Amino acid sequence: MNNLNTLQYSYFPGCSLATSAKESNRSLISFCRQQGVELTELRDWNCCGSSSAHSIDAHLAHHLPARNLALAPPDRPLLVACPSCYLRLKRTHMEIAEDSAAREEFQRMWGRRFDPDLEIVSFFEMLSMIVDQGRLKGLSGRLNGLRFAPYYGCMLMRPPKMRREHTFHGLMEKVLSQTGAEPVRWPHKARCCGTFLSVSRPLVAAKSVQTIMDGAARANAECIVTACAMCHLNLEIRSTRPGRIPVLYFSELLSLAGGIGQGEGWFRRHLIDPRPLLRRHHLIA
Amino acid sequence: MKKNEYLQTESTNRTDGSLFCMEGADRGFAKEVSQRSGVITDLCWHCKCCSGGCPFAHAMDFLPNQVIRMVQLGIREQVLSCGAIWLCVGCNTCSMECPTAIDMAAVMDALRQMAIEQGEAIAEPDILNFHREVINSIYRHGRTHKLEIMLRYKLQTRKWLSDMNTGLRMMSKRKLDLRPSKVTHIAAIRRMFRQNPGGRP
Repeated sequence: MNNLNTLQYSYFPGCSLATSAKESNRSLISFCRQQGVELTELRDWNCCGSSSAHSIDAHLAHHLPARNLALAPPDRPLLVACPSCYLRLKRTHMEIAEDSAAREEFQRMWGRRFDPDLEIVSFFEMLSMIVDQGRLKGLSGRLNGLRFAPYYGCMLMRPPKMRREHTFHGLMEKVLSQTGAEPVRWPHKARCCGTFLSVSRPLVAAKSVQTIMDGAARANAECIVTACAMCHLNLEIRSTRPGRIPVLYFSELLSLAGGIGQGEGWFRRHLIDPRPLLRRHHLIA
Repeated sequence: MKKNEYLQTESTNRTDGSLFCMEGADRGFAKEVSQRSGVITDLCWHCKCCSGGCPFAHAMDFLPNQVIRMVQLGIREQVLSCGAIWLCVGCNTCSMECPTAIDMAAVMDALRQMAIEQGEAIAEPDILNFHREVINSIYRHGRTHKLEIMLRYKLQTRKWLSDMNTGLRMMSKRKLDLRPSKVTHIAAIRRMFRQNPGGRP
């Protein structure tokens, strides 16, 4: 666990957080700042390849994440905000670490030694560490009475190669409960949102999304909480029936719990407007 | 050929005394899939946990375990041209259920890549088009540019009117940036594409 106690991280936002999900990016950065965590964006990072590279091109699926690993400074862990990018980066790191030919290729391509000790951390892992050390700030009860459906999607899944990696199932419930919010019990917290099927087979993705949305509403939740920009987008654009509820980023709620983010304009960017709900709970003006 | 039909009809045609003997069966196929995916498909005993857990099995022409079965039996053409390999999004739900820890997502990746390389009929051309546009966007900018991906995808598939409303709503919420977020050292990205053994995808 070297470096995990230092609160300096390199930061990989990923394409979605840099563009369509800026509210997730900004709220995550604000929250980290409040917690005394300093993030330095990885200089000139590139796309991890997303679902598409590994779907159709093994070469790119390996080298796109590898370049990002080569850019990471050795003296601090790399925080990967997007759960999907995290899986790609971490898996590539494991593959290179256990294969000497891949390590040599890495050095040849990027002109630096592969660092087997580079810590690649998800937002959940970092947050869990802060919580375990008892230094989480902002447990003021501001979210009192907010009923939320914790939605993890495929974040709880791992390929067999990564089975030993912790999934932090339950962390959203644990942390948000401490801020006064109330998790509901519901059956679809780990159901995949459909990712890119939302583009090419929208009806297939819509069926998944509708199951998730209906399930959360039936469980009497006022909002769904997710940490993934892909899930967020799909839940917002593929749920059409009345009775749908707002979808908030975990980092947005954490920020609100800590008393920041009210005037930042994050919530204006949502397609399902969460502002009436947040006003009802006196979280924004 | 419809779901299940193949497995039922051909298996009666035994001539060489082996467990399975099928016209056109390709015994090297499972090995090729193993080499690419790192998965020993023979470990699957068809408990169907994967198929039971798969959130998109209802939309697939073959269930995930049937895809593995076709690999085991060496029915190359049928498996490479089926729709299931394209509908799999790699969410790993199946792998979490699998008692023999088969990395199903890796098998599906391998099968898609083989289907493209070997020129098989692509059952879901729109899904492949989408993947290609994402990778084209990475080639151009080093990162994905959603608006451009969507417009070019529409150009490819000629489905201009579908999702027009969604697109406009996203634009109005500034979720689709007009300009891409870019990698500065784009030469490093292009070099990766040039070194690609399979050429530019």
